Amino acid sequence: MIPVLLIAIPLIGGLAGFFIKDEKSARGWSLLVSLAALIVSLWGLSLPAKSPMLNADAEWLPALGSRFTVGLDGMGQILCLLTAIAFPVIFIATWRDEYRKAWNFYALMLLSQAGLMGVFLAMDALLFYFFWELALIPVYFLCSQWGGEKRIQATFKFFIYTFVGSLLMLIGIIWLYSHTADHSFSMKSFYDLRNRVGGQEQLWLFWLFFIAFAIKMPIWPLHTWQPDTYEQSPTATTMVLSGVMVKMGVFGVIRWLAPVLPVGTWAWGDTVSALCIIGMIYASLVAIRQDDLKRLVAYSSIAHIGLMCLAIFATTTSGMQGVMIQMFNHGINIIGLWIVIDLIERQLGTRKISELGGLAQKAPALAILLVIVALANVALPLTNAFIGEFLLFSGVYASKATQYNVVFTVVAGLSIILSAIYTLNMIQRVFFGNTNTLTEKAKDIRLNEKIVLAAIVVLIVVIGVYPKPILNLTKETVDLIITKMNYKS
Amino acid sequence: MINLVWLIPVLPLAGFLINGLFRNSLSKGMTGIVGCGVLLASFILSLLIFGQVRQDGFHAVTVTLFDFISVDKLHIPFAFQVDQLSVLFLLIITGVGFLIHLYSTAYMHEEEAPHYARYFSYLNLFVFSMLLLVLGANFVILFIGWEGVGLCSYLLIGYWFKNIEYGNAAKKAFIMNRIGDLGFLIAIFWMITQFGSVTFTDVFGGAKSASVGVITGITLLLFVGATGKSAQIPLYTWLPDAMAGPTPVSALIHAATMVTAGIYMIARSNALYSLAPVSQTVVAVIGLTTALFAATIALKQNDIKKVLAYSTVSQLGYMFLGLGVGAYTGAVFHVMTHAFFKALLFLGAGSVIHAMGGEQDIRKMGGLRKALPVTSITFLIGCIAIAGIPPFSGFFSKDEILSAAFAKSPVYYVIGLFTAMLTAFYMFRLFATTFSGTFRGTHEQEHHLHESPLAMTIPLIVLAILAAVAGFLGIPDALVPNAHVLEHFLEPVFAAGGEHPAVEVSHGTELGLMALSAGLALVVSLLAWSRFKSKPELAEPTGFGKVLANKWYVDELYNAIIVRPLNGLAKFFVWLERWIIDGAVNGVGRLVQYGGRQLRLLQSGQVGGYVLLMVIGILALFLVELFVKK
Amino acid sequence: MPINYYIFLALALFCIGVAGVLTRRNAIIIFMCVELMLNAVNLLLVAFSKMHQHALAVTNPQAGIDGQLFVFFIMVVAAAEVSVGLAIIVMMYRNTHSTDVNFLNRLKH
Repeated sequence: MIPVLLIAIPLIGGLAGFFIKDEKSARGWSLLVSLAALIVSLWGLSLPAKSPMLNADAEWLPALGSRFTVGLDGMGQILCLLTAIAFPVIFIATWRDEYRKAWNFYALMLLSQAGLMGVFLAMDALLFYFFWELALIPVYFLCSQWGGEKRIQATFKFFIYTFVGSLLMLIGIIWLYSHTADHSFSMKSFYDLRNRVGGQEQLWLFWLFFIAFAIKMPIWPLHTWQPDTYEQSPTATTMVLSGVMVKMGVFGVIRWLAPVLPVGTWAWGDTVSALCIIGMIYASLVAIRQDDLKRLVAYSSIAHIGLMCLAIFATTTSGMQGVMIQMFNHGINIIGLWIVIDLIERQLGTRKISELGGLAQKAPALAILLVIVALANVALPLTNAFIGEFLLFSGVYASKATQYNVVFTVVAGLSIILSAIYTLNMIQRVFFGNTNTLTEKAKDIRLNEKIVLAAIVVLIVVIGVYPKPILNLTKETVDLIITKMNYKS
Repeated sequence: MINLVWLIPVLPLAGFLINGLFRNSLSKGMTGIVGCGVLLASFILSLLIFGQVRQDGFHAVTVTLFDFISVDKLHIPFAFQVDQLSVLFLLIITGVGFLIHLYSTAYMHEEEAPHYARYFSYLNLFVFSMLLLVLGANFVILFIGWEGVGLCSYLLIGYWFKNIEYGNAAKKAFIMNRIGDLGFLIAIFWMITQFGSVTFTDVFGGAKSASVGVITGITLLLFVGATGKSAQIPLYTWLPDAMAGPTPVSALIHAATMVTAGIYMIARSNALYSLAPVSQTVVAVIGLTTALFAATIALKQNDIKKVLAYSTVSQLGYMFLGLGVGAYTGAVFHVMTHAFFKALLFLGAGSVIHAMGGEQDIRKMGGLRKALPVTSITFLIGCIAIAGIPPFSGFFSKDEILSAAFAKSPVYYVIGLFTAMLTAFYMFRLFATTFSGTFRGTHEQEHHLHESPLAMTIPLIVLAILAAVAGFLGIPDALVPNAHVLEHFLEPVFAAGGEHPAVEVSHGTELGLMALSAGLALVVSLLAWSRFKSKPELAEPTGFGKVLANKWYVDELYNAIIVRPLNGLAKFFVWLERWIIDGAVNGVGRLVQYGGRQLRLLQSGQVGGYVLLMVIGILALFLVELFVKK
Repeated sequence: MPINYYIFLALALFCIGVAGVLTRRNAIIIFMCVELMLNAVNLLLVAFSKMHQHALAVTNPQAGIDGQLFVFFIMVVAAAEVSVGLAIIVMMYRNTHSTDVNFLNRLKH
């Protein structure tokens, strides 16, 4: 029941949104719809794990053996909660952004939310693929219609990249489907495939799926769509992309790759880990030299996601728990950063670090809130990201899936230092120092932005101090995945 | 009572929140009351708990607040450990911290109210982090405080954020600390895999059955963390730069908090270090080298705060020497005495800077004794204490370390003694140049000279008394048997670590060593005093002096071997990103476009052409079918 | 009569048709050549169908009937095609005053 609601509310709300030909009502409507989804998500959280309300099953494409099976497990809960929180936050924070034909914009945003929810809820491979595409299509339009100057190129790149990945994954899904015992797409049949698909097949099947997920995360060297797209998209869309959508990749690996193809995952673990680490160091260093705030955050996100992917392949409980909690944290934190960047850009019309400076004098509240969010970005203790990174790193260190665990930890650990460098550089050059003619006229933030940022800060600190509820929530999923991954044929 | 220990860090946290959230509405007076009040309350609580802990037969108590991280078999509770060591640090932190807060109310009085409140909120947060650090019952809680003090130092060093230079110093502090933190973090992960726990008792208990190699690795990594936080070679360069912050902040960083964190951590892990002789040697050698190295730099500095900064680095080196040779009590003793006299010296320096209207160059001072009587007398007491002249506190603590070093190896002792002489020399050079002779500043400054207000002098006086008498807590056995109160007090903590060095020096030798060091300190102090009291060193140093004045060019070296290559690498990656990786992606796109353009030429629009192609195609298929397939 | 003769005749007709389509520019002639090719195929179909009927008459009296059916279909389609094709050619002549197919190269733009 609840999963259906989570998908249906934004879907119907979004479709209806196309017909509200008025900017203000469309905005209000979308906020209302997203808040409704949040309430449903919270309701789902309040139910016990075994509650029948958390699952739904219906006939869909019987000829293909695909059913409309959706369910909320721990991982689904946490990611749906993230999606449900993200959208209202985005709508409120960008309340003053103006869009041409705004109703279409908001409707498409809601549609992508529906798609995202579906991705996180689907317990059927074909359904998963369906929602995977459904989530992306609105984003193509959002980027290409409301983006920046070079939006067409950026969208095109993004489209080709993700589409290539999606098709590879589709081939993989169909191949696996044809090998299931009962010719079905259900998650259970896919999880049973481990006994039916040989090690050799798993070796190449792994890449069909992993490339799709790696593009979405993104993993070096498949990341170049990301900075361009983040830079060119309207900020609200960027928030969706980076806050929620990149989690699709991480989620995909955890739910549809690692447990389904454990032999392949095990065999390619070192290769993928090496790519992740190269990506982390590489992205951190590139971030140091970025002048555009959006690109800087984009690269820092690549580094952070790389760490999560690294921890997945470490195949340890603590690492996997870290991934779970960090998916949530990363979403919250990066949306906070985007909000600040959006505020700066809207006020001063630039995102160039070199043109800014001294904002702390003019906008102290903004500066303080940003500093807290930025500190979460560098994983300072008592912020949420510390919990995540601590578990991720300890998981990587304790990994038995690789013999290079210590090397991986140390080299990946360097990114902790590098992240401090680029984050503090950014804070200093944007907020500290003296004002210039441009930043002279800056004003502090308004109430709606203050509320949203304060809410994010509260989440950051609360999770950072008391992460137990979230860790408990995902415990069962993690145990299940790790057992499946540890399978040796 | 002990169950209320959580209040001790929570009170400063509350102060931080109140001052931080209501910084625009609170008056300066209220801010000061809140800022100091919470610390005073914490101090009183610490005293009460101390009263309980000092009773004989007290066993360490762990107060668990809640489950922090609990994953799989790893359980990290948010727990505090109350024992002799943590209580001692609690007293130092809250006590000295309170005095520094009090002092700040006057020192920072010219700041606007919101900034004033911001300053106090940072100070409170700083103390909170440090309290968390010393109270934590496991390495993760310790690490939280550990990174917390790093953050607060960043905020406070960069307190005057309009100045980019200060911002850079703050950034440097944070990043250098982070480098060390990485080592610490990896040590924690190693402990988790090795012992399955990060709680002190579990780790220390399990250490005995672990291999020496593992313990050595863990302790060395912990020490990497300590070099960052406690400013040892090679990660010490941030500390002198940290002088960019307001002077009371320097006092707080150098005396009560932050830099002593590394000492605390190693003293706390004494059970581990005692099992790893290699690590102990490393700690001792790095400590000794740092002590000497920093002392030589301090000889030629002309900024009053820089001299004190390098003396801190040097004294910290001493403490590490003490830890390395197994004199844990001595090191902790020195932390305590150092907290008193270094806080005193920094606050005195602040008083001088206050009077001089922000001037920090000692060449432009001189003869301040008359205008600043309280400051100059208390400063002198601080100098005597740090120089190691009996019966002031520095003598006892330093001597305890030195005699333990002698027992380990006379080489340690000789270098240590030499460093002590250098310390006496540069401190009295500083004192003589600043307070005696004639005034060398501008006329306006001279007119402006005044003794600081009571809120500043009272902390000075209190600290001076402490710096003078604190040494009597640790009278060596050689002088009066069984009078070492501190050793007795800390015994339960260090008993496991085998506190006493393997080779004890005899009482006779120890007395001799004491007399030697005391005599030398006295002689060198007088020498420096007489040399600089009327003829201060004003000229720019040349030759070797120039190398010292430029801090052995270490900053330049780091710049050349780390910062610039890193920047170069980043630049290279940006190039790689643009032209190779993204270039490949865009290249594929261009290739497709190019191919399309070429293939388009086939579409001539002539029907005959298409048909011809079709026929050729059919013929080709026929040929394939007929000849190839067979 | 052996089947080979039919095959060779059909082949020759077909090749003439192909050659005509390839070399001529007059739309009507091309059209007739196309018809020629169709009829070559028809001829083959009829020939093969007769052959099959002979060979399989004992077991299956219906054998080969589908080949002849096909021929009828093709003839019907060809008739329809002629009507449409000729209409196009008439329109083309009205527009360009020529039946030269090389004038019809607008598609390339």
